[in-house]
Amino acid sequence: MSTQVEEKKAAPAVKEKSEGLFSQKNRKLLVDPLNSNNPITVQVLGICSALAVTIQIQTALVMALGLTFVTAFSNLFISLIRDSIPARIRIIVQLAIVSVWVIILDQFLRAYMYDVAKGLSVYVGLIITNCIVMGRLEAYAMANKPWPSFLDGIGNGLGYGAILLTVAFFRELFGSGSLLGYKVFAAAGLPFQGNGLMLLPAGACIIVGLIIWAQRAYNKHYEE
Amino acid sequence: MRQSNLYIILYTAGLTVLCGVLLAVAAEGLKPQQQANIALEQKRNILTTVLTLDENANITELYEKRVKAYVVKPDGSVDEGKKVEEISIVDEYKKPADQRLLPIYEVVSESDPNKAEFYVLPVYGYGLWNNIWGFVSLKSDLSTINGVSYAHAGETPGLGARITTEEIQQRYTGKKIFEGSNLVSVQMMKGEGNDYSDSPHKVDGMSGATLTAKGINNMLMDYFKSYENFFKAKMNNKQAINLK
Repeated sequence: MSTQVEEKKAAPAVKEKSEGLFSQKNRKLLVDPLNSNNPITVQVLGICSALAVTIQIQTALVMALGLTFVTAFSNLFISLIRDSIPARIRIIVQLAIVSVWVIILDQFLRAYMYDVAKGLSVYVGLIITNCIVMGRLEAYAMANKPWPSFLDGIGNGLGYGAILLTVAFFRELFGSGSLLGYKVFAAAGLPFQGNGLMLLPAGACIIVGLIIWAQRAYNKHYEE
Repeated sequence: MRQSNLYIILYTAGLTVLCGVLLAVAAEGLKPQQQANIALEQKRNILTTVLTLDENANITELYEKRVKAYVVKPDGSVDEGKKVEEISIVDEYKKPADQRLLPIYEVVSESDPNKAEFYVLPVYGYGLWNNIWGFVSLKSDLSTINGVSYAHAGETPGLGARITTEEIQQRYTGKKIFEGSNLVSVQMMKGEGNDYSDSPHKVDGMSGATLTAKGINNMLMDYFKSYENFFKAKMNNKQAINLK
């Protein structure tokens, strides 16, 4: 599974000093969300879209890239202007910035990936309310410099994407008998009817649950 | 200063203008490409209801060769003064069914350009969350469905959004909309996995998307009714409507 990667240490310290672009701290920003601080399985954010768009690998991939793009650039912009944002309207300012990036992404998909955009229309719009984006803005970008914030956005987007793709892999394989649209069971000459449960959000819920179980068993993480 | 009302108002105004400009630039810059996608999609949808298109098919060329489009009045006669491009399906949908101007796309035979093989009509309605639309192609008897092509604005992916899949659309092929001279339309039933191959007016449903299916049923009935006069005129006297 692509989620089970390197590093098992605690989340990085928040304060940054002048250092290399890919210093150890900055690398941790990218790697930690893949496993020990995964936005879906550990922070339990962004579950809604993880259940909804994972019916096919292609849509999951586009959604993951879209969210990575939005989180990274929203983090970057909010971090750039964080000292000028009035505290009383900071959530509205964050939402405005996120909305701009989401709409730009949506317009871009409609222009260059029309078929995918049609399938994802509702969920691309809903990135605005995706907890991961707002969560990272509040928890990280409002208190950190632009470059680490940008990396944090990419890291969390990738962590989200890794779970999405894992779920989509199992759902498409067992639900439709295909991978990226290629009918694998039919190609192997095996009769396969497709498991209807995998096509429903309930199937995704079960897979996410299993991933969380496997990951916590592997990381020896227990709730207190 | 940063907490003062004046600062907040000015900050908000500045941010609004900046966001507005960015969005306007993005929307205007990408508009031609988006519109080209929509136009091509429409042609593809019309053609896919009657032909099996391979990935590399030249949609525009095929459309110009095979499709003859005209506008039908509520009484069933052809409106010679109107072009299909002038008709907005969305605007017409808002009118009562007996006042709509309706486009018809006649797909002619490859060998004889005067022989209509299929009639494709646009349909428009409301699903569970938002509008749904599509095309229905009828064989030359004007009762047998040859194929359908549906699209939607916001049905749930994996549930109602399945109306765009080949699997669902294929279920309509061969169904009849007329029983004798009575318009019956075609109903998508509740529940999935049932065999309706013996029933000319029923198709298997979509599990978990009963309300989208209802929307589809209402949409089909609504539009078949609007076209009923045209169908009957065509059936009764094929020569009565003289094209071109």
